[in-house]
Amino acid sequence: MTQFLQTLFDGVTVGCLYALIALGYTMVYGILKFINFAHSDVFALGVWMSITIAAWLGVGAADQPAPAWYMGALVLLGTMAFCGFVGFVIERVAYKPLRKAPRLNVLITAIGVSLLLQNIGQQKFAFGPYPKSMPKLLEGGALFTIADVQVRTSDVAVIGTALALMAALQFLIYRTKLGSAMRAVSFNTRNASLMGINVDRVISFTFVVGTMLAAAAGFLYGLKYEGQAKQTADSMWVMLGLKAFVAAVVGGIGNVRGAVLGGLLIGLIEFFGVAYVSSQFRDAYVFAILIVVLLFKPEGVLGRATVEKV
Amino acid sequence: MKPLTEQSRTMSPAAWTVLPRMAWPLLAGLGIAILMQFAVGPSVSGFTSQIMLIAGINIIMAVSLTVVNGFTGQFSMGHAGFMAVGGYVAATLTYYGSIKMFGTADFAGGTISWTGSGENPGSIVGKGDYLFVISCLVGGVVSAIAGYVVGLPSLRLRGDYLAIVTLGFGEIVRVLLQGTNPQIQPWKAQEAAEVPFYKLATMLGGPMGFNLLPTYTTLFWVYLFVVLTLIVCYRLKSSSSGRAFLSIREDEIASQAMGVDVTKYKVRAFVLASFFAGVAGGLYAMSIGAINAGDLGFQKSFDIIIMVVLGGMGSISGATVAAVVLTILPEFLRDPPPVWPLGLAFLVAVVLAQAVRKHWNIRTLAGIAVGTAILEGARLYCVSRGIDIASFRLILYALLLIAMMLLRPQGLLGVREVWELFGHRRPNPNPSPDPKPDAAPPSKGTSKATGNPTSKGGAS
Repeated sequence: MTQFLQTLFDGVTVGCLYALIALGYTMVYGILKFINFAHSDVFALGVWMSITIAAWLGVGAADQPAPAWYMGALVLLGTMAFCGFVGFVIERVAYKPLRKAPRLNVLITAIGVSLLLQNIGQQKFAFGPYPKSMPKLLEGGALFTIADVQVRTSDVAVIGTALALMAALQFLIYRTKLGSAMRAVSFNTRNASLMGINVDRVISFTFVVGTMLAAAAGFLYGLKYEGQAKQTADSMWVMLGLKAFVAAVVGGIGNVRGAVLGGLLIGLIEFFGVAYVSSQFRDAYVFAILIVVLLFKPEGVLGRATVEKV
Repeated sequence: MKPLTEQSRTMSPAAWTVLPRMAWPLLAGLGIAILMQFAVGPSVSGFTSQIMLIAGINIIMAVSLTVVNGFTGQFSMGHAGFMAVGGYVAATLTYYGSIKMFGTADFAGGTISWTGSGENPGSIVGKGDYLFVISCLVGGVVSAIAGYVVGLPSLRLRGDYLAIVTLGFGEIVRVLLQGTNPQIQPWKAQEAAEVPFYKLATMLGGPMGFNLLPTYTTLFWVYLFVVLTLIVCYRLKSSSSGRAFLSIREDEIASQAMGVDVTKYKVRAFVLASFFAGVAGGLYAMSIGAINAGDLGFQKSFDIIIMVVLGGMGSISGATVAAVVLTILPEFLRDPPPVWPLGLAFLVAVVLAQAVRKHWNIRTLAGIAVGTAILEGARLYCVSRGIDIASFRLILYALLLIAMMLLRPQGLLGVREVWELFGHRRPNPNPSPDPKPDAAPPSKGTSKATGNPTSKGGAS
């Protein structure tokens, strides 16, 4: 029973991370109709930037006590701002000229951007080719224990921040003018522009928001696995990003609530698979789920089936 | 007007001319393979011939991926996964097969697969060669079956799902192969001979990779399969299946309306590409005597995609050239030679091509000149500062990929082949006075230099 509850809790925590990344995929897909392959690299950039910013601020050295909570928030905001800017540049330089190009070309460009970010990140002038570890930003150890399930401070921070960001996104999309512009562009780009919406600006904005969510996920990832050496810009990040993409597809790509649901689902499936079946095939479960979903409900759990029109 | 069946009968060539026409590509392939093995191979250094091996395997991978990504306009991102499937199957059959049959995992081939190390086997073809080539083909067939299983569900869906499913497939293959049991080492061949084959098939080394395989792959085998792949894919392009592939790429809905069974042809292209990737995997495994699923992840798939995209989405010769160039490039970048002679030669070639076609495009010429100047400047700068360019290789690829999509989305050659650049027109096979609607349309080489966007990227 304890194992079940612990697995459930861990699955939800990691599921929140997947959901945050999946939101970026799904928002960009909803509005530009292409898979942003560079998204997982923005997530990796988020991890590395939070390590770098924390080091700049001089907080979290191993021998010091954990810094005040607002230092963590500062790192989070700095990471989000930087990655948002990177996302803005990527969209302007690489994707905007291809608005009217076939989708395949945009997909290839996205792969190019992904490779570019990975390989620049490994250079000496950027983050370097060696693993680093996240400085300590929170007190370690269990915060409290419910029914033998250990709840760590970092888990609370991960779930709390993720939920807060999701709520903010929900508010942005459904309660603000900009949000309705985003929904309008996603629904029909041409009509939206006829209604006086500045489509380019809305697309840029959507892109930046998605990127910032991925950056936040990167920060939270660093927080959850603090002290562990982070691999260099490597397949590990792409793998995490891909799982998040699978989450977006499972939930119904283009659907914001679907992405959250899919993220939690994927997190739970992965952790229950590891706990009760075998940890060796950890990455295989997620893709098996993807293939099953594509076979039986290709539009995803919450997605709408689209009809191809000539 | 005679009925169509009769017309086709009169148009079909005489039976005695068919056989040589069918056989000559095979003979040519055999000739090139023998030439590579016995003339080119011994006259170059071991390092160069190793590069040539890898280049050949990359050609097979890139050209087969062209069938899916270029001809059919689908986007597969798990080509290395099929390579891994074929490679592991071929490696299992060759390694454990030779233990079962010959009692040892040592090399048992003839001169055609002799790499120059160890003693000369004497005979031209050894018993191990049959095992090796059958293993590679079986690897290809298993890989093709895997392609069918993966392709059938995902090719019914929109294009970008295929990208994700194939990417996922490649990763599942990698994870499963890395989860296999340790291999039985060659010096325990006695032990392995006792174990039933289905159990041996799960002992593939896991994360350590499948090592100490007998090395059969030589320039002969690689270039035999290279020529076969090239011929099959080139002839495919102008066959009825190939026309169906191209029509699906141009407009899926329109070709469906014309009676093309879209899913069937997509699956067909996918299965064919998987077969060749599987064969390439077998060749790869037995060239270095080891195969590791960790090396055949999506990074490898991306490498091949880069070759296809740079060469031109749908150009066989383009993919071939790109595969060769991108295989050699890292070696050149270690100690970069001057770029300008190459740029000048390219410029002259394009000027000649444009002169033949009497179609001048100053922008292309200026682009080549400026590009060469930038490359040369960068080279001089890096050499004078002592910067190692090879470490920037992947950044360079990524920038090339992005720049190519922004400036020339159809790739360097687009759908054309290299020889079509020089104004080559296919002679009209049917020079009758009455204009027939299907009488050999002018080749694509005469179209505008900027060309059309190659693909629609799946129907939207």
